[in-house]
Amino acid sequence: MTTEILIAGFGGQGILFAGKFLANMGMLEGRYLSWLPSYGPEMRGGTANCSVVLSDAPIGSPIVNRPDVLVAMNLPSLDKYEDSVVPGGTIFVDSTLIDRKVKRTDVRVFYVPATGTANEQGIAKLANMIIVGKMMKECDFLPYSGIENAVRTVVGAKHADLFDVNMKAIDLGYNFES
Amino acid sequence: MENKVLMKGNEAIAEAAIRAGCRHYFGYPITPQTELAAYMAKRMPKIGGTFLQAESEIAAINMVYGVAATGRRVMTSSSSPGVSLKQEGISYIAGSDLPCLIVNVERGGPGLGGIQPSQSDYFQATKGGGHGDYHLIVLAPSSVQEMADMTSLAFDLAEKYRMPAMLLADGTVGQMMEPVVLPEEKNVEFTEKDWAVTGTKCARPHHIVNSLYLVPEELEQKNFERFERYAKIEETEARYESFMMDDAEYCIVAFGIAARVSKNAVLAARAEGIRVGLIRPITLWPFPKKALKDASEKVKGFLSVELSMGQMIEDVRLSIGCSKPVELVNRAGGMIMSPEEVVAGIRKLKEGEAK
Repeated sequence: MTTEILIAGFGGQGILFAGKFLANMGMLEGRYLSWLPSYGPEMRGGTANCSVVLSDAPIGSPIVNRPDVLVAMNLPSLDKYEDSVVPGGTIFVDSTLIDRKVKRTDVRVFYVPATGTANEQGIAKLANMIIVGKMMKECDFLPYSGIENAVRTVVGAKHADLFDVNMKAIDLGYNFES
Repeated sequence: MENKVLMKGNEAIAEAAIRAGCRHYFGYPITPQTELAAYMAKRMPKIGGTFLQAESEIAAINMVYGVAATGRRVMTSSSSPGVSLKQEGISYIAGSDLPCLIVNVERGGPGLGGIQPSQSDYFQATKGGGHGDYHLIVLAPSSVQEMADMTSLAFDLAEKYRMPAMLLADGTVGQMMEPVVLPEEKNVEFTEKDWAVTGTKCARPHHIVNSLYLVPEELEQKNFERFERYAKIEETEARYESFMMDDAEYCIVAFGIAARVSKNAVLAARAEGIRVGLIRPITLWPFPKKALKDASEKVKGFLSVELSMGQMIEDVRLSIGCSKPVELVNRAGGMIMSPEEVVAGIRKLKEGEAK
């Protein structure tokens, strides 16, 4: 099975970090994976996106043109990528920042007020991981049991103090009832 | 599994170079290869190596020339516009028969171009680039693993044949992360070479590194000798990967990231019942001519898939003596084709052939 994930939003929302979390988790699970960031000048305050492919077989293209899973963390990203999601795919929307509904009717949609929740909970900047938590709940391409190890790996020894807040954000997303 | 690390392609080149015994890096920053230089800046001082950010690409390649003359492993890296600046120095290094590694993480051109991935420096890399008759050994990695493995290989081949080697990558392979098994640390102990400029200690005749020969007979002889070596390389060092070619009626030729996209296209086309395969040149010089020639006896047509206006397609046509149709699927300027665009190209090739 191959899962193609596209995470998109503003630069500074932790788009690439969310992707790195999935990549690390994939690696710890022994899956084939690729992680490809957008690296244009638009990263500075503009839009950022990141393609993650997880598979049981060697990966061809690392570029996600037709995502199975789309995370839209701002309106321009939803506008740009909504149509590219495969029928039957899943879209996660940060409903604090995006005030419109998804137009597609052939996809699963989860609205998570991630940015608002992160601010309320005093973990601003971790809206990305709240959405990741919801993704862990609703999608089964990676097992829940792998989360702790993956968070530990992706925050690294140098920033081990960030382990708890990242876990908190994931838990908030995982337990969020829409 | 436990030996695998998650790394960017650019970083994998840097770490692999260090493990291959490279202790001298000279460069000048440019997107999308900057992580390579940044990695070297961090690591080299800790292991007694040299990282130097030169005042320009031209200065950097001439520093490479200097270290190469001493027989030590040395490298530089840049992206397209920066590699253009290095061409004079590369020609001098080739003309002096010295080994070194040059990495080009290509971006769109010409001119200052853009910063998104491209393969439009194919001609420059494989047909000379600088002035005079010479070649580089050109390797085209298509994964982070190959970024690491081919770095080691490039140093070995460069040293074996006493000529510069180039890794021709692109912004995608440079920026992406994949799990990679890094090569073992090589014994970096320096072996004296019978051509290296290391000081005679008044105990041996001078070794002279030079690319200036004012006597034409002598210069001609140098060129003849160099091309005898090139002929041997063309015979023995061509490398390629063959993917689903056994029963293929059509053959895609693509390298680097275009080959990754093409693999998806091969599977999609086969799901439609079109028997297509892929030959992925791993060495762009020497080009795997024989593999294509052999394939041309079995397939009905070829599709060159490139991130350029069509450069490698000329080598595809030459390799098969224009005996079969060769079509092009391409994007340029930093754009990348989708697998669907490649499949459309295969369908078109099939329809054209049916007429």
